[in-house]
Amino acid sequence: MIFTVMKGRAHKFGDGISTDHIVPGKYAHLRSNLPELAKHVMEDADPTFLSRVRPGDFLVAGKNFGLGSSREHAAVVIKMVGISAILAKSVARIFFRNAINQGLPVLICDTDMINDGDEIEVDLAAGTITNLTSGIKLTFGKIPEVMLNIMKEGGLIPYINKYGDFKL
Amino acid sequence: MGKTLSEKILSQKSGTDARAGDMVIAAVDWVFVQDTTGTLTIRQFRESKKTGLASPERTVIFVDHAVPSPNRQFSNDHHFLRQFARETGCLFFEPGSGICHQLVAEKLASPGEVIVGADSHTVTAGGLGAFATGMGSSDVAVVFALGKTWFRVPESFKISLTGRFQKFVSSKDLILHLIGTIGADGATYKALEFVGDAVSHMAISQRLTVANMAVEAGAKVGVFPSDHVTKEFLRKQGRGRNYVALHPDDDATYEQTIAIDISKLEPMVAMPHSVDNVAPVQTLAGAKIDQVFIGTCTNGRLEDIAIAAKILEGKKCHPNVRLIVAPASRKVLLDAIKAGYVEILVNAGAILVPPGCAACLGVHQGALGDNEVCLSTANRNFKGRMGNPEALIYLASPATAAASAITGEITDPRGLVK
Ligand code: SF4
Repeated sequence: MIFTVMKGRAHKFGDGISTDHIVPGKYAHLRSNLPELAKHVMEDADPTFLSRVRPGDFLVAGKNFGLGSSREHAAVVIKMVGISAILAKSVARIFFRNAINQGLPVLICDTDMINDGDEIEVDLAAGTITNLTSGIKLTFGKIPEVMLNIMKEGGLIPYINKYGDFKL
Repeated sequence: MGKTLSEKILSQKSGTDARAGDMVIAAVDWVFVQDTTGTLTIRQFRESKKTGLASPERTVIFVDHAVPSPNRQFSNDHHFLRQFARETGCLFFEPGSGICHQLVAEKLASPGEVIVGADSHTVTAGGLGAFATGMGSSDVAVVFALGKTWFRVPESFKISLTGRFQKFVSSKDLILHLIGTIGADGATYKALEFVGDAVSHMAISQRLTVANMAVEAGAKVGVFPSDHVTKEFLRKQGRGRNYVALHPDDDATYEQTIAIDISKLEPMVAMPHSVDNVAPVQTLAGAKIDQVFIGTCTNGRLEDIAIAAKILEGKKCHPNVRLIVAPASRKVLLDAIKAGYVEILVNAGAILVPPGCAACLGVHQGALGDNEVCLSTANRNFKGRMGNPEALIYLASPATAAASAITGEITDPRGLVK
């Protein structure tokens, strides 16, 4: 369950990482083949990302992460390659909903305090992020309750399957 | 206390007194997917325990992003979507019909409606006074099943417009200017509400261009009031009875107000690789280009093709430039043929491609080579957007695009045409 403490390494990106960086539009023909599509995750931002990412790692970004298209595939492939949470200074609206709907936590925090390769620990229940490399502790912005509830169920479809409707 | 347009529409559709910051569950009037988001949406829908569509006659599938299909994978996806439409009885638009957002504007959207699409430029219908927004596949799948969704009622920015555009300046220049001012995340989670006396002089095509790019500033919606211009547009499309007048209250609360005198605007360009990297065309004049693309849900309408034809009439494209023209819908194509615009453009050297997204998303029909430079009338110039991270994309109006196609370099249309 995602509310246990998560530990992993940071993969750091800059500001304005768009959905075209995450899953380039030129691979739109692979969108019905998610394992194939996932092989191109973040390709236009950092072609070495896929070879370096390990299950449990964190994707760390600057401002406006995930801007652009509504393709939920962006959140899906990030989750598929094992990223346990996204940490960013801010996140674009549609991507934010998509990630939560996939049960992928998105935490808004001051990512200037995290460097590429740092060991990070996230305690969702306690609301803290610890940079184990530097020893710095960070807090993250409050996630709206409706989204928290969706995330707890592992995503929107399981949530709807459990409750049958939205519960605000 | 008064309400913004977003508060009014969401109050009506949720049956509550909706105010900025509230969470509401709103009924959805139209829900749609297109061919790059539809298959995941349908898979999510099938993972839900809901068996049928809440409202097949208000659920729509558009096949527009890769048409005609460039490869077997897309052909299979198109087939999958067609099958789903047959099984469920939802509306289905075959390749060649046009871009989803253009078809929503031409055939479906009405003022005061809530529209949700699995495409970020669903905001386009805000030009007709609808609360229209893009969502991902899970959210849209749930709207398929339940006919409703949750929203946080957005705070609104009042964009107050006065004056009239100068010749060869259009609403594309206005929205590029605005995004350049507030930034690509300047309106994240907010509504942009366009009001002021300039609005009543803006054609629906111009409003749709502005609303279309609201998402490029991070906004949830870009919404216009509905007025006599809206009424006339709907009447011409045979939907006159769907008209309702819709205006924000005078005492509505706005998070901020931005006043723009549109008569002071000049042709603008967004430079690579960000939509808010905006400068006046003049400052970039002379930059060499390899391709010009006129089309998309931003600027592929009849009025856009008309201005390009006017500028290119009797002229030829520069030998170093490919000009690709993609009408936004079948109706736009037919009207452009009737008006003689297609002949003018093709004579000038344009490559006419079928109604659809064409070169916009980099899958076919004008993908860029390494180090190539494209001037496009689209809404996005992210790295890699047109199929190649080594290429550069500039965004501008159809007038600037047409003028630049003639000279082979970025050109202010005001200097070229008298
Ligand atoms: S024209 Fe471009 S921006 Fe518009 S819907 Fe198609 S791909 Fe998206």
